[in-house]
Amino acid sequence: MTLLSKTMKHSFLDRYSDRDSFVHRLDPRTKLVAVFLFILAVGLTSPAMWPVFAIYFVIIASLIIFSRVPVLYVFKRSLVIIPFVLLIAIFIPFFKHGEAVGSYNLWIWKVSVSYHGLQVLVTILIKSWLSILSLILLTSTTKITDLLRGLEQLRLPGVMVMVLSFMYRYIFILVDEVMRMKQARDSRNFGGGRLRQLKTIGNMAGTLFIRSYERGERVYDAMLSRGFDGQSRTLHHLSFGLSDLFFGISFGVVVVFTCTFNFLH
Amino acid sequence: MNMEEVIRIDDLSYAYPDGQRALSGINLTVRRGESLAIIGPNGAGKSTLLLHLNGILRSDGRVKVFSEPVTEKNLKNVRRRIGLVFQNPDDQLFSATVFDDVAFGPMNLGYSEAEVRQAVSGALEKVGMSGFENRSSHHLSLGERKRIAIATILSMSPEVMVLDEPTSNLDPKGKWLLIGLLRRLPVTRLIATHDLERVAALCHRVVILDGGRIVADDTAAQILNDTSLLEAHGLSRPAGLKSTSASVIPLRD
Repeated sequence: MTLLSKTMKHSFLDRYSDRDSFVHRLDPRTKLVAVFLFILAVGLTSPAMWPVFAIYFVIIASLIIFSRVPVLYVFKRSLVIIPFVLLIAIFIPFFKHGEAVGSYNLWIWKVSVSYHGLQVLVTILIKSWLSILSLILLTSTTKITDLLRGLEQLRLPGVMVMVLSFMYRYIFILVDEVMRMKQARDSRNFGGGRLRQLKTIGNMAGTLFIRSYERGERVYDAMLSRGFDGQSRTLHHLSFGLSDLFFGISFGVVVVFTCTFNFLH
Repeated sequence: MNMEEVIRIDDLSYAYPDGQRALSGINLTVRRGESLAIIGPNGAGKSTLLLHLNGILRSDGRVKVFSEPVTEKNLKNVRRRIGLVFQNPDDQLFSATVFDDVAFGPMNLGYSEAEVRQAVSGALEKVGMSGFENRSSHHLSLGERKRIAIATILSMSPEVMVLDEPTSNLDPKGKWLLIGLLRRLPVTRLIATHDLERVAALCHRVVILDGGRIVADDTAAQILNDTSLLEAHGLSRPAGLKSTSASVIPLRD
Protein backbone atom coordinates (compact mmCIF):
# COMPACT_ATOMS: atom_id res chain seq x y z
CA MET A 1 0.00 0.00 0.00
CA THR A 2 1.30 3.42 -0.84
CA LEU A 3 2.22 5.94 1.81
CA LEU A 4 -0.64 8.25 0.99
CA SER A 5 -3.21 5.49 1.22
CA LYS A 6 -1.93 4.81 4.72
CA THR A 7 -2.59 8.41 5.69
CA MET A 8 -5.91 8.36 3.89
CA LYS A 9 -7.01 5.46 6.04
CA HIS A 10 -7.45 7.91 8.87
CA SER A 11 -10.69 9.32 7.51
CA PHE A 12 -10.16 12.83 6.30
CA LEU A 13 -13.75 13.72 5.49
CA ASP A 14 -15.08 13.55 9.03
CA ARG A 15 -12.02 13.94 11.19
CA TYR A 16 -12.69 14.70 14.86
CA SER A 17 -16.21 13.35 14.44
CA ASP A 18 -15.42 10.66 17.01
CA ARG A 19 -14.70 13.13 19.79
CA ASP A 20 -17.26 13.95 22.45
CA SER A 21 -19.02 17.21 23.14
CA PHE A 22 -22.60 18.38 23.38
CA VAL A 23 -22.48 19.33 19.72
CA HIS A 24 -21.28 15.84 18.78
CA ARG A 25 -24.13 14.29 20.70
CA LEU A 26 -26.86 16.25 18.94
CA ASP A 27 -29.04 14.40 16.46
CA PRO A 28 -27.61 14.83 12.94
CA ARG A 29 -30.97 16.13 11.75
CA THR A 30 -30.85 18.96 14.29
CA LYS A 31 -27.41 19.92 13.07
CA LEU A 32 -28.40 19.71 9.42
CA VAL A 33 -31.43 21.93 9.90
CA ALA A 34 -29.43 24.34 12.06
CA VAL A 35 -26.68 24.65 9.43
CA PHE A 36 -29.27 25.18 6.70
CA LEU A 37 -31.00 27.87 8.76
CA PHE A 38 -27.70 29.53 9.57
CA ILE A 39 -26.55 29.66 5.95
CA LEU A 40 -29.96 30.95 4.90
CA ALA A 41 -29.87 33.70 7.52
CA VAL A 42 -26.32 34.66 6.63
CA GLY A 43 -27.19 34.71 2.95
CA LEU A 44 -30.18 36.96 3.52
CA THR A 45 -28.20 39.56 5.41
CA SER A 46 -27.92 42.87 3.61
CA PRO A 47 -24.50 44.07 2.51
CA ALA A 48 -22.28 45.86 5.04
CA MET A 49 -24.43 44.93 8.06
CA TRP A 50 -21.29 44.47 10.13
CA PRO A 51 -22.97 44.13 13.58
CA VAL A 52 -25.19 41.33 12.24
CA PHE A 53 -22.18 39.48 10.83
CA ALA A 54 -20.43 39.94 14.14
CA ILE A 55 -23.33 38.23 15.94
CA TYR A 56 -23.30 35.34 13.50
CA PHE A 57 -19.56 35.02 13.95
CA VAL A 58 -19.92 34.89 17.72
CA ILE A 59 -22.58 32.18 17.39
CA ILE A 60 -20.48 29.94 15.18
CA ALA A 61 -17.23 30.61 17.04
CA SER A 62 -18.75 29.69 20.37
CA LEU A 63 -20.22 26.50 18.91
CA ILE A 64 -16.80 25.60 17.54
CA ILE A 65 -15.27 26.15 20.95
CA PHE A 66 -17.97 24.09 22.67
CA SER A 67 -17.45 21.24 20.21
CA ARG A 68 -13.80 20.88 21.26
CA VAL A 69 -12.70 20.55 17.66
CA PRO A 70 -9.25 22.16 17.20
CA VAL A 71 -9.81 25.79 16.26
CA LEU A 72 -6.69 25.98 14.09
CA TYR A 73 -7.89 22.97 12.08
CA VAL A 74 -11.28 24.56 11.43
CA PHE A 75 -9.66 27.87 10.56
CA LYS A 76 -7.18 26.37 8.11
CA ARG A 77 -9.86 24.33 6.39
CA SER A 78 -12.12 27.36 6.08
CA LEU A 79 -9.46 29.23 4.14
CA VAL A 80 -10.00 26.79 1.27
CA ILE A 81 -13.03 28.74 0.09
CA ILE A 82 -11.29 32.10 -0.17
CA PRO A 83 -9.54 31.61 -3.55
CA PHE A 84 -12.77 30.39 -5.16
CA VAL A 85 -14.81 33.29 -3.86
CA LEU A 86 -12.15 35.81 -4.82
CA LEU A 87 -11.95 34.37 -8.30
CA ILE A 88 -15.61 35.07 -8.87
CA ALA A 89 -16.15 38.16 -6.80
CA ILE A 90 -12.96 40.12 -7.41
CA PHE A 91 -14.48 41.97 -10.35
CA ILE A 92 -17.44 43.33 -8.43
CA PRO A 93 -15.78 46.51 -7.12
CA PHE A 94 -14.86 47.39 -10.69
CA PHE A 95 -18.35 47.08 -12.05
CA LYS A 96 -20.58 48.35 -9.32
CA HIS A 97 -21.77 51.86 -9.83
CA GLY A 98 -21.45 54.38 -7.08
CA GLU A 99 -19.06 56.62 -5.32
CA ALA A 100 -15.56 55.87 -6.54
CA VAL A 101 -12.79 55.12 -4.10
CA GLY A 102 -10.10 55.42 -6.68
CA SER A 103 -9.55 55.16 -10.39
CA TYR A 104 -6.72 54.04 -12.59
CA ASN A 105 -5.90 54.55 -16.17
CA LEU A 106 -5.31 51.22 -17.77
CA TRP A 107 -4.07 52.15 -21.25
CA ILE A 108 -7.07 53.71 -22.88
CA TRP A 109 -9.72 52.56 -20.35
CA LYS A 110 -10.58 54.29 -17.13
CA VAL A 111 -11.01 51.69 -14.40
CA SER A 112 -12.62 52.75 -11.15
CA VAL A 113 -13.19 50.96 -7.89
CA SER A 114 -16.43 51.89 -6.17
CA TYR A 115 -16.87 52.07 -2.42
CA HIS A 116 -20.16 50.22 -2.58
CA GLY A 117 -18.52 47.54 -4.72
CA LEU A 118 -15.81 47.02 -2.13
CA GLN A 119 -18.45 46.66 0.56
CA VAL A 120 -20.23 44.02 -1.51
CA LEU A 121 -16.97 42.15 -2.08
CA VAL A 122 -16.15 42.04 1.63
CA THR A 123 -19.73 41.04 2.43
CA ILE A 124 -19.55 38.13 0.01
CA LEU A 125 -16.26 37.00 1.51
CA ILE A 126 -17.67 37.14 5.02
CA LYS A 127 -20.86 35.30 4.07
CA SER A 128 -18.91 32.52 2.34
CA TRP A 129 -16.52 32.22 5.24
CA LEU A 130 -19.32 32.01 7.84
CA SER A 131 -21.17 29.44 5.75
CA ILE A 132 -18.16 27.22 5.36
CA LEU A 133 -17.33 27.48 9.05
CA SER A 134 -20.75 26.07 9.83
CA LEU A 135 -20.29 23.26 7.30
CA ILE A 136 -16.87 22.35 8.69
CA LEU A 137 -18.37 22.28 12.17
CA LEU A 138 -21.09 19.97 10.89
CA THR A 139 -18.71 17.48 9.29
CA SER A 140 -16.28 17.59 12.21
CA THR A 141 -18.94 16.70 14.74
CA THR A 142 -20.96 14.15 12.81
CA LYS A 143 -19.87 10.83 11.40
CA ILE A 144 -20.53 10.59 7.68
CA THR A 145 -22.73 7.54 8.22
CA ASP A 146 -24.87 9.43 10.72
CA LEU A 147 -24.99 12.43 8.42
CA LEU A 148 -26.30 10.24 5.61
CA ARG A 149 -28.93 8.72 7.90
CA GLY A 150 -29.98 12.19 8.96
CA LEU A 151 -30.35 13.24 5.32
CA GLU A 152 -32.34 10.12 4.60
CA GLN A 153 -34.74 10.77 7.46
CA LEU A 154 -35.12 14.36 6.37
CA ARG A 155 -36.60 12.89 3.20
CA LEU A 156 -33.67 13.36 0.86
CA PRO A 157 -34.41 10.99 -2.08
CA GLY A 158 -32.99 7.52 -1.48
CA VAL A 159 -31.03 7.58 -4.71
CA MET A 160 -29.14 10.71 -3.69
CA VAL A 161 -28.25 9.27 -0.31
CA MET A 162 -26.99 6.12 -2.03
CA VAL A 163 -24.85 8.17 -4.41
CA LEU A 164 -23.35 10.13 -1.50
CA SER A 165 -22.71 6.89 0.36
CA PHE A 166 -20.90 5.39 -2.62
CA MET A 167 -18.88 8.58 -3.04
CA TYR A 168 -17.71 8.33 0.55
CA ARG A 169 -16.95 4.65 0.22
CA TYR A 170 -15.05 4.76 -3.07
CA ILE A 171 -13.15 8.00 -2.78
CA PHE A 172 -10.40 6.21 -0.85
CA ILE A 173 -10.14 3.56 -3.53
CA LEU A 174 -9.92 6.21 -6.24
CA VAL A 175 -7.17 8.02 -4.36
CA ASP A 176 -5.27 4.75 -4.02
CA GLU A 177 -5.57 4.13 -7.76
CA VAL A 178 -4.34 7.62 -8.58
CA MET A 179 -1.36 7.12 -6.29
CA ARG A 180 -0.51 3.81 -7.93
CA MET A 181 -0.79 5.37 -11.38
CA LYS A 182 1.41 8.22 -10.26
CA GLN A 183 4.06 5.84 -8.93
CA ALA A 184 4.02 3.88 -12.18
CA ARG A 185 4.28 7.05 -14.19
CA ASP A 186 7.13 8.40 -12.10
CA SER A 187 9.01 5.14 -12.52
CA ARG A 188 8.96 5.64 -16.27
CA ASN A 189 9.26 9.36 -16.40
CA PHE A 190 12.28 10.96 -18.02
CA GLY A 191 10.99 14.48 -17.53
CA GLY A 192 9.83 15.87 -20.79
CA GLY A 193 8.09 19.11 -21.61
CA ARG A 194 4.91 20.57 -20.15
CA LEU A 195 2.86 19.38 -23.07
CA ARG A 196 3.97 15.79 -22.68
CA GLN A 197 3.28 15.88 -18.96
CA LEU A 198 -0.18 17.30 -19.55
CA LYS A 199 -0.84 14.59 -22.10
CA THR A 200 0.12 11.93 -19.57
CA ILE A 201 -2.15 13.45 -16.94
CA GLY A 202 -4.94 13.55 -19.48
CA ASN A 203 -4.45 9.86 -20.20
CA MET A 204 -4.44 9.06 -16.50
CA ALA A 205 -7.68 10.94 -15.98
CA GLY A 206 -9.27 9.10 -18.88
CA THR A 207 -8.10 5.72 -17.62
CA LEU A 208 -9.34 6.51 -14.13
CA PHE A 209 -12.73 7.38 -15.54
CA ILE A 210 -12.98 4.13 -17.48
CA ARG A 211 -11.86 2.06 -14.50
CA SER A 212 -14.38 3.82 -12.27
CA TYR A 213 -17.12 3.27 -14.81
CA GLU A 214 -16.36 -0.43 -15.06
CA ARG A 215 -16.15 -0.72 -11.29
CA GLY A 216 -19.59 0.85 -11.17
CA GLU A 217 -20.86 -1.94 -13.42
CA ARG A 218 -19.34 -4.60 -11.16
CA VAL A 219 -20.77 -2.98 -8.03
CA TYR A 220 -24.17 -2.97 -9.70
CA ASP A 221 -23.86 -6.70 -10.44
CA ALA A 222 -22.95 -7.27 -6.78
CA MET A 223 -26.00 -5.30 -5.70
CA LEU A 224 -28.23 -7.33 -8.02
CA SER A 225 -26.79 -10.54 -6.58
CA ARG A 226 -28.03 -9.45 -3.18
CA GLY A 227 -31.58 -8.84 -4.33
CA PHE A 228 -31.41 -5.15 -5.18
CA ASP A 229 -34.52 -4.06 -7.04
CA GLY A 230 -34.09 -0.31 -7.31
CA GLN A 231 -35.54 0.57 -3.94
CA SER A 232 -33.27 1.75 -1.20
CA ARG A 233 -34.22 0.58 2.26
CA THR A 234 -33.25 1.85 5.64
CA LEU A 235 -33.10 0.39 9.10
CA HIS A 236 -31.67 2.56 11.85
CA HIS A 237 -34.05 5.19 13.10
CA LEU A 238 -32.58 8.24 14.77
CA SER A 239 -34.40 9.70 17.74
CA PHE A 240 -34.27 13.17 19.22
CA GLY A 241 -33.10 13.89 22.73
CA LEU A 242 -33.75 16.66 25.20
CA SER A 243 -30.57 18.48 24.24
CA ASP A 244 -31.84 18.63 20.65
CA LEU A 245 -34.92 20.46 21.82
CA PHE A 246 -32.94 22.84 23.99
CA PHE A 247 -30.36 23.56 21.31
CA GLY A 248 -32.92 23.75 18.53
CA ILE A 249 -35.05 26.31 20.29
CA SER A 250 -32.23 28.54 21.51
CA PHE A 251 -30.37 28.41 18.20
CA GLY A 252 -33.57 29.08 16.25
CA VAL A 253 -34.49 32.00 18.48
CA VAL A 254 -31.06 33.65 18.22
CA VAL A 255 -30.85 33.29 14.45
CA VAL A 256 -34.41 34.47 13.79
CA PHE A 257 -33.88 37.41 16.13
CA THR A 258 -30.67 38.41 14.37
CA CYS A 259 -32.32 38.04 10.99
CA THR A 260 -35.23 40.25 12.00
CA PHE A 261 -32.79 42.78 13.43
CA ASN A 262 -31.10 42.83 10.04
CA PHE A 263 -34.32 43.52 8.21
CA LEU A 264 -35.51 46.18 10.60
CA HIS A 265 -32.46 48.27 9.79
CA MET B 1 -27.74 -37.95 0.07
CA ASN B 2 -30.41 -35.87 -1.58
CA MET B 3 -30.04 -36.16 -5.34
CA GLU B 4 -32.11 -33.10 -6.13
CA GLU B 5 -30.84 -31.20 -9.14
CA VAL B 6 -29.93 -27.79 -7.89
CA ILE B 7 -28.49 -26.36 -11.10
CA ARG B 8 -28.99 -27.62 -14.59
CA ILE B 9 -27.47 -26.05 -17.65
CA ASP B 10 -28.46 -27.35 -21.08
CA ASP B 11 -26.44 -26.36 -24.12
CA LEU B 12 -25.69 -22.85 -22.98
CA SER B 13 -23.86 -20.52 -25.33
CA TYR B 14 -23.03 -16.90 -24.81
CA ALA B 15 -21.34 -14.20 -26.83
CA TYR B 16 -20.27 -10.80 -25.56
CA PRO B 17 -21.97 -7.74 -27.07
CA ASP B 18 -18.95 -7.24 -29.32
CA GLY B 19 -19.48 -10.67 -30.82
CA GLN B 20 -16.70 -12.52 -29.06
CA ARG B 21 -17.73 -16.05 -28.08
CA ALA B 22 -17.50 -16.67 -24.36
CA LEU B 23 -19.34 -19.97 -23.86
CA SER B 24 -20.25 -22.77 -26.29
CA GLY B 25 -22.51 -25.70 -25.64
CA ILE B 26 -22.19 -25.83 -21.86
CA ASN B 27 -23.90 -28.80 -20.23
CA LEU B 28 -23.67 -29.02 -16.48
CA THR B 29 -25.71 -30.52 -13.68
CA VAL B 30 -25.06 -29.84 -10.01
CA ARG B 31 -26.79 -31.75 -7.25
CA ARG B 32 -27.53 -30.65 -3.72
CA GLY B 33 -24.62 -31.00 -1.35
CA GLU B 34 -21.99 -31.23 -4.08
CA SER B 35 -18.73 -29.37 -3.91
CA LEU B 36 -17.70 -28.51 -7.44
CA ALA B 37 -14.63 -26.70 -8.70
CA ILE B 38 -14.53 -25.04 -12.10
CA ILE B 39 -10.93 -24.69 -13.20
CA GLY B 40 -9.34 -23.50 -16.40
CA PRO B 41 -6.91 -21.01 -17.86
CA ASN B 42 -7.53 -17.25 -17.85
CA GLY B 43 -10.12 -16.19 -20.35
CA ALA B 44 -11.80 -19.59 -20.37
CA GLY B 45 -15.15 -18.10 -19.46
CA LYS B 46 -15.40 -19.12 -15.81
CA SER B 47 -16.68 -15.76 -14.55
CA THR B 48 -19.09 -15.48 -17.47
CA LEU B 49 -20.51 -18.89 -16.62
CA LEU B 50 -20.96 -17.96 -12.97
CA LEU B 51 -22.87 -14.79 -13.88
CA HIS B 52 -25.49 -16.93 -15.60
CA LEU B 53 -26.25 -18.81 -12.41
CA ASN B 54 -28.10 -15.98 -10.70
CA GLY B 55 -29.55 -14.30 -13.71
CA ILE B 56 -27.17 -11.39 -14.13
CA LEU B 57 -26.60 -12.71 -17.65
CA ARG B 58 -29.76 -14.09 -19.23
CA SER B 59 -29.96 -17.47 -20.87
CA ASP B 60 -33.46 -17.97 -22.33
CA GLY B 61 -34.33 -20.81 -20.02
CA ARG B 62 -31.22 -22.87 -20.65
CA VAL B 63 -30.18 -22.42 -17.04
CA LYS B 64 -32.53 -24.08 -14.58
CA VAL B 65 -32.17 -23.48 -10.89
CA PHE B 66 -34.07 -25.77 -8.48
CA SER B 67 -35.84 -27.14 -11.55
CA GLU B 68 -37.20 -23.76 -12.59
CA PRO B 69 -35.80 -21.72 -15.46
CA VAL B 70 -34.25 -18.42 -14.46
CA THR B 71 -36.67 -15.73 -15.60
CA GLU B 72 -37.45 -12.13 -14.78
CA LYS B 73 -40.14 -13.20 -12.33
CA ASN B 74 -38.17 -15.43 -10.02
CA LEU B 75 -34.91 -13.48 -10.00
CA LYS B 76 -35.21 -12.34 -6.42
CA ASN B 77 -35.87 -15.85 -5.22
CA VAL B 78 -33.00 -17.24 -7.26
CA ARG B 79 -30.63 -14.62 -5.88
CA ARG B 80 -31.60 -15.44 -2.35
CA ARG B 81 -31.07 -19.15 -2.77
CA ILE B 82 -27.95 -18.91 -4.92
CA GLY B 83 -25.38 -16.56 -3.44
CA LEU B 84 -22.68 -15.23 -5.74
CA VAL B 85 -19.41 -13.98 -4.24
CA PHE B 86 -17.29 -11.97 -6.65
CA GLN B 87 -13.54 -11.98 -6.96
CA ASN B 88 -12.81 -8.45 -5.77
CA PRO B 89 -14.25 -7.72 -2.31
CA ASP B 90 -14.15 -3.97 -2.99
CA ASP B 91 -16.79 -4.48 -5.66
CA GLN B 92 -19.13 -6.03 -3.10
CA LEU B 93 -18.42 -3.91 -0.06
CA PHE B 94 -20.01 -0.70 -1.23
CA SER B 95 -21.66 0.56 1.94
CA ALA B 96 -20.24 2.90 4.52
CA THR B 97 -20.07 0.27 7.29
CA VAL B 98 -19.71 -3.50 7.50
CA PHE B 99 -23.14 -3.76 9.10
CA ASP B 100 -24.76 -1.94 6.19
CA ASP B 101 -23.08 -4.24 3.68
CA VAL B 102 -24.01 -7.48 5.42
CA ALA B 103 -27.54 -6.15 6.05
CA PHE B 104 -28.06 -5.13 2.41
CA GLY B 105 -29.16 -8.58 1.28
CA PRO B 106 -31.64 -9.28 4.11
CA MET B 107 -33.10 -5.80 3.81
CA ASN B 108 -33.74 -6.26 0.12
CA LEU B 109 -35.47 -9.53 0.96
CA GLY B 110 -37.82 -7.67 3.26
CA TYR B 111 -36.71 -9.00 6.65
CA SER B 112 -37.90 -7.12 9.72
CA GLU B 113 -35.42 -5.08 11.73
CA ALA B 114 -34.93 -7.78 14.32
CA GLU B 115 -34.48 -10.43 11.63
CA VAL B 116 -31.92 -8.29 9.81
CA ARG B 117 -29.89 -7.78 12.96
CA GLN B 118 -29.97 -11.47 13.70
CA ALA B 119 -28.96 -12.38 10.16
CA VAL B 120 -26.04 -9.96 10.28
CA SER B 121 -24.65 -11.15 13.59
CA GLY B 122 -25.12 -14.76 12.55
CA ALA B 123 -23.30 -14.25 9.27
CA LEU B 124 -20.43 -12.34 10.87
CA GLU B 125 -20.04 -15.05 13.46
CA LYS B 126 -19.83 -17.74 10.78
CA VAL B 127 -16.96 -15.94 9.10
CA GLY B 128 -15.26 -15.13 12.38
CA MET B 129 -15.78 -11.37 12.13
CA SER B 130 -18.14 -10.68 15.02
CA GLY B 131 -17.78 -7.21 16.43
CA PHE B 132 -16.82 -5.64 13.12
CA GLU B 133 -20.27 -4.16 12.50
CA ASN B 134 -19.33 -0.50 12.79
CA ARG B 135 -16.04 -0.66 10.96
CA SER B 136 -15.51 0.84 7.52
CA SER B 137 -14.45 -1.66 4.90
CA HIS B 138 -11.55 0.42 3.62
CA HIS B 139 -9.86 0.05 6.99
CA LEU B 140 -9.77 -3.73 6.78
CA SER B 141 -7.14 -6.05 5.36
CA LEU B 142 -7.77 -8.07 2.20
CA GLY B 143 -8.41 -11.29 4.10
CA GLU B 144 -10.91 -9.56 6.36
CA ARG B 145 -12.65 -7.98 3.39
CA LYS B 146 -12.94 -11.32 1.64
CA ARG B 147 -14.55 -12.81 4.71
CA ILE B 148 -16.98 -9.90 5.03
CA ALA B 149 -17.85 -10.30 1.34
CA ILE B 150 -18.78 -13.91 2.08
CA ALA B 151 -20.80 -12.75 5.08
CA THR B 152 -22.80 -10.39 2.85
CA ILE B 153 -24.07 -13.47 1.04
CA LEU B 154 -24.39 -15.72 4.08
CA SER B 155 -26.79 -13.29 5.74
CA MET B 156 -29.35 -14.26 3.10
CA SER B 157 -29.04 -17.95 4.09
CA PRO B 158 -28.40 -19.26 0.59
CA GLU B 159 -28.62 -22.93 -0.29
CA VAL B 160 -25.92 -22.71 -2.91
CA MET B 161 -22.77 -20.62 -2.78
CA VAL B 162 -20.94 -19.69 -5.95
CA LEU B 163 -17.50 -18.18 -5.48
CA ASP B 164 -15.28 -16.58 -8.10
CA GLU B 165 -11.61 -17.01 -7.17
CA PRO B 166 -12.10 -16.81 -3.40
CA THR B 167 -8.45 -17.31 -2.51
CA SER B 168 -6.82 -15.03 -5.06
CA ASN B 169 -4.24 -12.59 -3.66
CA LEU B 170 -4.31 -14.12 -0.21
CA ASP B 171 -1.16 -15.35 1.48
CA PRO B 172 -1.00 -19.12 2.13
CA LYS B 173 -2.31 -18.80 5.68
CA GLY B 174 -5.19 -16.65 4.46
CA LYS B 175 -6.00 -19.22 1.79
CA TRP B 176 -6.17 -22.08 4.28
CA LEU B 177 -8.29 -20.02 6.69
CA LEU B 178 -10.74 -19.28 3.92
CA ILE B 179 -10.94 -22.90 2.82
CA GLY B 180 -11.55 -23.93 6.42
CA LEU B 181 -14.38 -21.43 6.60
CA LEU B 182 -15.93 -22.71 3.37
CA ARG B 183 -15.70 -26.32 4.49
CA ARG B 184 -17.77 -25.55 7.57
CA LEU B 185 -20.68 -24.12 5.56
CA PRO B 186 -23.48 -26.63 4.97
CA VAL B 187 -24.22 -25.46 1.43
CA THR B 188 -23.77 -26.70 -2.10
CA ARG B 189 -20.56 -25.12 -3.43
CA LEU B 190 -19.37 -24.03 -6.85
CA ILE B 191 -15.93 -22.50 -6.92
CA ALA B 192 -14.18 -21.03 -9.94
CA THR B 193 -10.48 -21.02 -9.22
CA HIS B 194 -6.87 -21.44 -10.25
CA ASP B 195 -5.91 -22.63 -6.82
CA LEU B 196 -5.67 -26.36 -7.41
CA GLU B 197 -4.03 -27.12 -4.11
CA ARG B 198 -7.05 -25.78 -2.26
CA VAL B 199 -9.44 -27.49 -4.68
CA ALA B 200 -8.10 -30.81 -3.54
CA ALA B 201 -9.00 -30.00 0.05
CA LEU B 202 -12.45 -28.70 -0.69
CA CYS B 203 -14.08 -30.22 -3.75
CA HIS B 204 -15.25 -33.67 -4.76
CA ARG B 205 -15.79 -32.87 -8.37
CA VAL B 206 -13.84 -30.83 -10.87
CA VAL B 207 -14.87 -29.40 -14.21
CA ILE B 208 -12.30 -27.98 -16.65
CA LEU B 209 -13.44 -25.03 -18.74
CA ASP B 210 -11.27 -24.00 -21.68
CA GLY B 211 -12.14 -21.71 -24.56
CA GLY B 212 -15.75 -21.53 -23.44
CA ARG B 213 -16.26 -25.28 -23.48
CA ILE B 214 -16.33 -27.92 -20.78
CA VAL B 215 -13.49 -30.26 -21.65
CA ALA B 216 -13.54 -32.47 -18.60
CA ASP B 217 -15.98 -33.30 -15.82
CA ASP B 218 -14.88 -35.89 -13.31
CA THR B 219 -13.96 -36.50 -9.70
CA ALA B 220 -11.24 -34.37 -8.23
CA ALA B 221 -9.00 -37.38 -7.76
CA GLN B 222 -9.15 -38.24 -11.45
CA ILE B 223 -8.56 -34.78 -12.78
CA LEU B 224 -6.00 -33.45 -10.36
CA ASN B 225 -3.76 -36.43 -10.87
CA ASP B 226 -3.98 -36.30 -14.65
CA THR B 227 -0.95 -34.16 -15.37
CA SER B 228 -1.21 -34.30 -19.16
CA LEU B 229 -4.84 -33.25 -19.09
CA LEU B 230 -4.07 -30.34 -16.81
CA GLU B 231 -1.14 -29.18 -18.89
CA ALA B 232 -3.14 -29.43 -22.10
CA HIS B 233 -5.43 -26.77 -20.70
CA GLY B 234 -2.96 -24.34 -19.28
CA LEU B 235 -2.92 -25.72 -15.76
CA SER B 236 -0.37 -27.61 -13.76
CA ARG B 237 -0.56 -30.20 -11.10
CA PRO B 238 -0.16 -28.48 -7.71
CA ALA B 239 3.18 -29.13 -6.09
CA GLY B 240 1.72 -29.69 -2.65
CA LEU B 241 -0.56 -32.46 -3.79
CA LYS B 242 0.24 -35.94 -2.59
CA SER B 243 0.19 -38.45 -5.38
CA THR B 244 -2.37 -40.90 -4.05
CA SER B 245 -6.00 -40.15 -4.60
CA ALA B 246 -6.90 -41.18 -1.07
CA SER B 247 -5.54 -37.96 0.39
CA VAL B 248 -7.16 -35.69 -2.17
CA ILE B 249 -10.81 -35.84 -1.23
CA PRO B 250 -12.01 -34.94 2.22
CA LEU B 251 -14.71 -37.27 3.43
CA ARG B 252 -17.95 -35.41 4.19
CA ASP B 253 -17.59 -33.99 7.67
